[in-house]
Amino acid sequence: MIVDRIVTWARMKSPWIVHFNSGACNACDIEVLAALTPRYDVERFGILLKGSPRHADVLVCSGPVTLQQKERLKTIYEQMSEPKFVLAVGTCASSAGVFNGCYGVCGGVDTVLPVSAYIPGCPARPEAIIDGVVKLLKSLKK
Amino acid sequence: MGKFVIPVGPQHPALEEPESFSLMLEGERVAAANVTLGYNHRGIEKACESRTYIQDIYLLERICGICSHAHSTCYVQTVEDVAGLEVPKRALYIRSLIGELERVHSHLLWLGIAGHEIGFESLFMYSWKDREVVMDILELLTGNRVNYGMNTVGGVRRDITPEQAQDVLKALVILEEKTKYYIQLANEEVTLIDRLQGVGRLSKEDVLKYGATGPVMRAAGVSRDIRKDDPYAAYGELDFEVITDTHADVLGRTVVRVKELMESYKMIRQILKQMPDGPITVRAPKKIPAGEAVSRYEAPRGEDIHYLRSDGTDKPDRVKVRAPTLANLAAISNMLEGGYLADVPIVIAAIDPCFSCTDRAIKVVNASGGESMFDWEGLRRYSIDWYRKQGIDMKGTKLSRGED
Ligand code: SF4
Repeated sequence: MIVDRIVTWARMKSPWIVHFNSGACNACDIEVLAALTPRYDVERFGILLKGSPRHADVLVCSGPVTLQQKERLKTIYEQMSEPKFVLAVGTCASSAGVFNGCYGVCGGVDTVLPVSAYIPGCPARPEAIIDGVVKLLKSLKK
Repeated sequence: MGKFVIPVGPQHPALEEPESFSLMLEGERVAAANVTLGYNHRGIEKACESRTYIQDIYLLERICGICSHAHSTCYVQTVEDVAGLEVPKRALYIRSLIGELERVHSHLLWLGIAGHEIGFESLFMYSWKDREVVMDILELLTGNRVNYGMNTVGGVRRDITPEQAQDVLKALVILEEKTKYYIQLANEEVTLIDRLQGVGRLSKEDVLKYGATGPVMRAAGVSRDIRKDDPYAAYGELDFEVITDTHADVLGRTVVRVKELMESYKMIRQILKQMPDGPITVRAPKKIPAGEAVSRYEAPRGEDIHYLRSDGTDKPDRVKVRAPTLANLAAISNMLEGGYLADVPIVIAAIDPCFSCTDRAIKVVNASGGESMFDWEGLRRYSIDWYRKQGIDMKGTKLSRGED
């Protein structure tokens, strides 16, 4: 379908992301933010950080999911419109990392939501985050 | 006048816990403010008890991804205290070096966030661009941009080579140059001063009453700094000043932070010059004898306190952490009350609660039961527009940096 092709093209050229901290130590969040600043400047790829999940295509999650944030994470995900993707940034988001076994933590993001791509690193470097988003977009094309 | 209650948060990561604020409004004014904590509670202290002393370093380092070195240093100091270890001088100097570099990165980060909250986007971009200079240095010295993993019980894990020291000095020249601009900005830029002066006031008496710490405290004229008052690492041998200010408001906090940058550069220079040769670790026992210790550390945000109780095994019996933001949060209601709703974002940001700007759903519930939705971004925009109507527009700033 031609319409689908146009939509996919548009999505690939300007994926909007929303960032959610589900219990991170902040370092990953800061690296996501750093990716927006002049050194990395993801906006040149059309990637835009949005404040609201309703506007976003990609949910960028950092940190292990704490019990308190679990329901909130689900709510945010449900508010996003289809098709939507989840990106787990950092070791914590991928597998709970060092926080594995803490009583307030229920695990990595994939214990709550379906994750499309994992970006390891503690914290994941801005370059790695950009690379992750680009790889995710490439996989959309297929 | 209608009264509104606005819950702000909880998606607002500060150290262990993102906070959630509930604001009672009377017209434009904040009549009361409450803080709820615990959304980011992971159970780190408990987890420490089931891991060894060495494993705990890396866990505690990840309490906060901005002052990670602060937490790990503070923790290893307690262990070394109980075990009676004599840490080599060189290791102490390296700890201070990383500590100061961390302060530089943290303060630059804060400056950017503060700029963002008041609608001064160029400041955000400038300071984060400069921050990359210090991030490069940290990566060069430690191998990671954040969560450096430098500390171990009994010393540090990596030595500093003379070449690395040269690179640090080169970076300092750049940073100093840029920081002069920020100092000028905080002292002379009329729009910035208009926007920040008198906002989020916390008097000297209140600072002492609520136990606020760090730049919030020093901005109210209280000259207290653990590096001076209870020196740890190499600070006892360094010559520096404790920066204070008398504004006691957000402007004062800004001035204190930018001036502290200069002091940090000064200290880094001294550290590199005075650093003695020698080993960087002493052998530490696996099992730590029974005992207890408290250690204090001047983190970028204020006083960080770690407590340790050991029972002779290879795992601690109890670890307790009091992060600086917790101390400052006690005073935040006081800072917000009586102020305008438009000031809320910058006042919260000004205590530097490890602010990462993510989506925080804010719900406006009015007294008659109707609801409207705001997110953090919406509140920030509201604040910027509100001030624009008062004639304070950060777009009108005259002081520009020329280059870039
Ligand atoms: S992966 Fe590391 S840096 Fe990222 S949130 Fe977890 S502990 Fe922090």
